[in-house]
Amino acid sequence: MATVAVPPNKASSRRKGPWRHPWGLEAFTWIYLIWSIVPIGIAVLFSFNRGKSQSAFQGLSLRWYTGTSQAFGSVMHDPILHSAVVQTLKLGFFVTLITIPLGVGFAIGIDRWRGRTSNGLNLVMIFSFVVPELLLAVALMFVFLQLLKFVHLGTDAETAALIVWNISWPAIIVRARLVTIGKVYEEAAADLGASRFSAMWRVLLPLLIPAIFASAVLTFASVVDDFVLVEQLSGPGSQTMSVLIYSQAHGGNNGPALNALATLMLVFSLVVAGLGYVAYRFMTRGERGSTTEALTSIAGI
Amino acid sequence: MPAAPVAPTATLRSRPDGVAPETSRAPGQAPRKPPLRERMRARSAQDRIESWRPRWFWAALAIPGAFWLIVFFVLPFYVVISVAAGILDPIFQSPVPVWNPFLWSASNFANLLREVSFLWPPFLRTIAYTAIASALSLAIAYPVAYFVTRYAGKRKTLYLVLLISPFWVSYMMRMLAWIDLLQVSGYVNKTLEWLHLMSAKNPESWLGGHPATVIFGLIYGYIPYLIIVLYAGLDRIDGRLLEASRDLGLGRWRTFWRVTVPLSRQTVLAGMFITVLPMVGDYFTNQLLSATRSTTMIGNVIEGQLDVANLQGDGAAASVVLLVLLLLPMIYYVRSTTKASRENL
Repeated sequence: MATVAVPPNKASSRRKGPWRHPWGLEAFTWIYLIWSIVPIGIAVLFSFNRGKSQSAFQGLSLRWYTGTSQAFGSVMHDPILHSAVVQTLKLGFFVTLITIPLGVGFAIGIDRWRGRTSNGLNLVMIFSFVVPELLLAVALMFVFLQLLKFVHLGTDAETAALIVWNISWPAIIVRARLVTIGKVYEEAAADLGASRFSAMWRVLLPLLIPAIFASAVLTFASVVDDFVLVEQLSGPGSQTMSVLIYSQAHGGNNGPALNALATLMLVFSLVVAGLGYVAYRFMTRGERGSTTEALTSIAGI
Repeated sequence: MPAAPVAPTATLRSRPDGVAPETSRAPGQAPRKPPLRERMRARSAQDRIESWRPRWFWAALAIPGAFWLIVFFVLPFYVVISVAAGILDPIFQSPVPVWNPFLWSASNFANLLREVSFLWPPFLRTIAYTAIASALSLAIAYPVAYFVTRYAGKRKTLYLVLLISPFWVSYMMRMLAWIDLLQVSGYVNKTLEWLHLMSAKNPESWLGGHPATVIFGLIYGYIPYLIIVLYAGLDRIDGRLLEASRDLGLGRWRTFWRVTVPLSRQTVLAGMFITVLPMVGDYFTNQLLSATRSTTMIGNVIEGQLDVANLQGDGAAASVVLLVLLLLPMIYYVRSTTKASRENL
């Protein structure tokens, strides 16, 4: 080190310290975070607005959640808003319930069944992850109108579409976990006399539970948030919260009931994410890992 | 992810082995620990058992999901091509799909060419908006992701929670938030008035068809996904490489340009696909924040055509064209991700 001659003009930068904290970068990060989060906070605040405005705050009230006024619907008493909440939760629940077994089976099967067919199916699955949602929605709409006419536009079509759109969550996440687990545990089980089925059921599946759980959380959140497929394939009375907000939000003259609806959506997502995080930490408690690891798994990184 | 423990026999398993005797255990007799050599043989016997067990076992697990993907993902694209290459019912003016590829007609595609003066501006606009929005997104997202991976230190969890939080807020709510703020009497205009950047008599109508508002909405909508992808990629870069670069005398900037940036090229590309593909197919951001003819994008055109029965064929043709245009970037993305996952194996 001593033999390296340091030019005098480098001295000043050395005095600052080569590992000094980049304050400019930190400030930039905070500006971004404020920009990304504060507007949502303001929208939540407007849902508690006493007045009818979505642009000026006039005091706190719960009228947009529980109010019984006929003229201005509240989420609890307006039939349209109310049914949108129910429809969203219904879709979220059923789609997650069907998607997870399909996706987990697909992931395990594709991972072990090596061959041309499985490679091809895997490509199809990854394509379903990247294709723009509108193109899938258009294609599915024509399928249900022209070919599979027994699937009616509405809840049936929405469910089928959301399953295919979200199957890549469990498939990708569980497959990644399978790769890190490797085959050793299963082989150990087989050495100890387990059949292939019981090795999978009693060894592999418990090891996969955190990944399955994380993908279930993601699937549910993504169904609750989904808009394009649901809007293109909706029938009478099958509007979800997203579609309702979309159809009424432009111009911003529909009162804070929409904000209340959006806030409820936010609460659902946050509850699911929070539960998911706690449960994921609990399930992986014996493993090396950290808070950040649990967080990134729940976000699908 | 915790690293999977490596089996000590892993390297030996691939070696072709001789005839291995089946290890049988007499009931009731405590199993004597066989010598290592014998255990190796037993393992290879186990492998042979695995190979004759029914192969369809794994296939059977994948079949339900595969069936769903084929019926509701592969088939739909065949149907949309059949509709696009189909004809119009002469009486009802509704599209009639042609299932036989040998009878496909180009009439709907010819319609698109005829309407080219109507389709060209939205098409160019889509390219321009997407390019500007994704470039700006990258310019914002990269420094943020870089800071959080390299310098967040003990507060990494806090930053990560804050970065991921928009991911959990529905897209519609995030747009609604900006609709509230950008109204003529909203807080954005109030702030601008307060700063004397805009006169109170002549307020700006941000939601009345500004291209800038649409681009802003696209950035706000898709940047969380980009940041998460960038964070995951930058986090994978080995910090020792950066330390080595610093030890060898490169300054902070040159380390960044000559080590971090080249190592993150794949990540940036993946992140760009993740933002560009949905932006190209986006119609709702535009509809919510502008809803005027002067800012329509290709997604709005397709979505509008689907609502009118006799334009559905044109809509199908337009979406097939868009799909073909996007096929190349999609294939590139799929190839790079499958390559990455194969390297992980």
